[in-house]
Amino acid sequence: MYKILKKQKWSDTIFSNWIEAPFVAKAAQPGQFIILITSQSGERIPLTIADSNAKEGWVQIVYQVVGASTLELSLMNEGENLYAFVGPLGVPSEIENFGGKVLIIGGGIGIAPIYPVAKKLKELGNYVISIIGARTKDLIIMEDKMKEASNELLIATDDGTYGQKGFVTNIMDDILKKESEAIKDIWAVGPPIMMKMCTRVANEHNKQIWVSLNSIMVDGTGMCGACRVSVGGKTKFACVDGPEFRGNLVNFEEMILRQRQYCDQEREALMLLEEKIRRQASNG
Amino acid sequence: MAEKLKPAEKLKKDRVPMRNQEPLERVQNFLEVPLGYSLEEAIQEAQRCLQCNPPYCVAGCPADVRIPQFVEKLIAEDIKGAFLEIKQTNALPAVCGRVCPQEEQCEGACIMNKKGKPIAIGRLERYVADWAKQLDYSDAKKPSTKLNKKVAIVGSGPAGLACASDLAKLGYDVTVYEALHKAGGVLVYGIPEFRLPKAIVGYEVDQIKELGVEINLNYVIGLTKSVDELMQEYDAVFLANGAGAPSFLKIPGENLNGVYSASEFLTRSNLMKAYEFPNYATPIRVDQKAVVVGGGNVAMDAVRTAKRLGAKEATIVYRRGRKEMPARAEEIGHAEEEGIKFELLTNPVKILGDEYGNVVGIECVRMELGEPDESGRRRPQVVEGSNFVIDADTVIIAIGQSANPIVARSATGVETNKWGYFVADENGKTTHPKVWAGGDIVTGAATVILAVGAGKKAAKSIHETLSNKQ
Repeated sequence: MYKILKKQKWSDTIFSNWIEAPFVAKAAQPGQFIILITSQSGERIPLTIADSNAKEGWVQIVYQVVGASTLELSLMNEGENLYAFVGPLGVPSEIENFGGKVLIIGGGIGIAPIYPVAKKLKELGNYVISIIGARTKDLIIMEDKMKEASNELLIATDDGTYGQKGFVTNIMDDILKKESEAIKDIWAVGPPIMMKMCTRVANEHNKQIWVSLNSIMVDGTGMCGACRVSVGGKTKFACVDGPEFRGNLVNFEEMILRQRQYCDQEREALMLLEEKIRRQASNG
Repeated sequence: MAEKLKPAEKLKKDRVPMRNQEPLERVQNFLEVPLGYSLEEAIQEAQRCLQCNPPYCVAGCPADVRIPQFVEKLIAEDIKGAFLEIKQTNALPAVCGRVCPQEEQCEGACIMNKKGKPIAIGRLERYVADWAKQLDYSDAKKPSTKLNKKVAIVGSGPAGLACASDLAKLGYDVTVYEALHKAGGVLVYGIPEFRLPKAIVGYEVDQIKELGVEINLNYVIGLTKSVDELMQEYDAVFLANGAGAPSFLKIPGENLNGVYSASEFLTRSNLMKAYEFPNYATPIRVDQKAVVVGGGNVAMDAVRTAKRLGAKEATIVYRRGRKEMPARAEEIGHAEEEGIKFELLTNPVKILGDEYGNVVGIECVRMELGEPDESGRRRPQVVEGSNFVIDADTVIIAIGQSANPIVARSATGVETNKWGYFVADENGKTTHPKVWAGGDIVTGAATVILAVGAGKKAAKSIHETLSNKQ
């Protein structure tokens, strides 16, 4: 079960895996996520569903190596099995034909989860304008697929190595200046700081915006409250009430502080794993 | 073979005490605290049983364990026979022998209470079940008759496992759906290793699988598949998904770093083995001072876990008095021996943090007890102006759980009450003719043994209903 059918390396730190998970694939909808455990001693980590195929029974995930668990996942080979893979979790995106244009913004690894949202929006007849961005050219992922899922695709890199130089928010601001009226809804997925800035731009234009919150999770089914966030002054669980919320209501400062909760332990675990890999390499 | 004592001799004998790990030693580890009886001790204790007819103790056991029969076999040193007697009605004897509040159940009903201490039925059940595990002795065999009827069970906690076991023995095809990656529900994520070793839960779950019960892990009913779909695919559905959603205090500072629900804290420690970090990948934060809010068994489990994770000071904050604490007396006693501090008649009003968002303390007020409320307990009232701060780097909220809405949302025609619990009669029947429910998702957070009892009743009712339909 949960076999890695295919694995691709997209950059130094970004990977994509296709996992055999027929039950998840059958039920998955845009905006939802999964939780996986690499091995028996592993932790439960949430990853948003980048794509799925009910007929063929697979789910695609995209991840960046940021710590021990993602490093371990990146080292697993095609044909190997994950210890656990559960989903789809969370509330699906509120997608319909809005009778106009929608703005889709994906930052870095956040481009992956925004893809199914854009695809579905376009399928339902919306005019989809997508903006994808990253620090540098190598970190722009899924460009072809995003092109397919959008009516217009715009690209930004911080260092100007590809597309427009600058942040996704610069392009977003330009578009909203030009055609604020026509934009019926906005989605932004990416690092918390990016979603916070996108929300600020949306607020300046008096627009609503959806963001997908990536808070720390354990069970992912509403049993523990590890992922709790303040939305409109109320405590919500990102795993069952979200992960998508109206950005205008989210307390990003609190969320960012909560994400740093285990910094020290995360660093320790990564160092130990890297040490172990070095030892194995020198012995082998 | 042990000698038979005369009733007068039995009455003169004292209850055989159980040896425990020493407090100073046990707070350094996660090993089980009570060490269990030896064969000699078990027989000595069993000999005190008066073999009443009718037996009051059985009436007090929600799992209908044939107590006098198994005790008699134990005295005769027929441990296998004793095990088979218990397993006839209870699929989880090693679990129940450890975590049941026997003082309110079988032992509370024991006639010996009138003359002294009741028979230590829980300890005897535990002895017999542990004997079977040690010898890897199993009574599990797939039933010879197959009814060709399918039952789906949602949740692999004590209610679901008890129901699955009883139905499998009757010849049903039983499939259990579990959201987590391990079966057992609260037995694996909630109750700590030092009270209930996970190897024991795993063993009893394996026994149930050997009866032919299929357990699908990593399968969230309500998301991976709906209850409505289960109703179409199965002849009956039993909802036993528990009351897992944590309650918070709704006071300022609750989202600071280092503030946990007891569910999260215990899940990290028990299910994910965060106490073995970094050998296990899940981290947990406990530094010098831990405060646990609440007075139930979950609060005791959390505070004793915090102590074992290295907290120099671990404190219970509870708004009523010692007498009103809902935790078992035995667990409160264990906590006290381990040096847990108790701030009773104390209620938190605010959690305090630093500029990095880390918890540094908890502001409380003193309480006094007023008139009894609906539950019969005296209602706590705030002593005005009594505010004070307890330093804390970890705060754990253990004030109860409520219903998780995921399962109910996907169940058409199954009525819930205003708190989100399923409405079910004493046999577990819900408002939908194909659906039964039992355990915490009907009663609200209660005990393991009540969930076992609810699972058994539902199994009986499902069998009656499906037999009549032929």
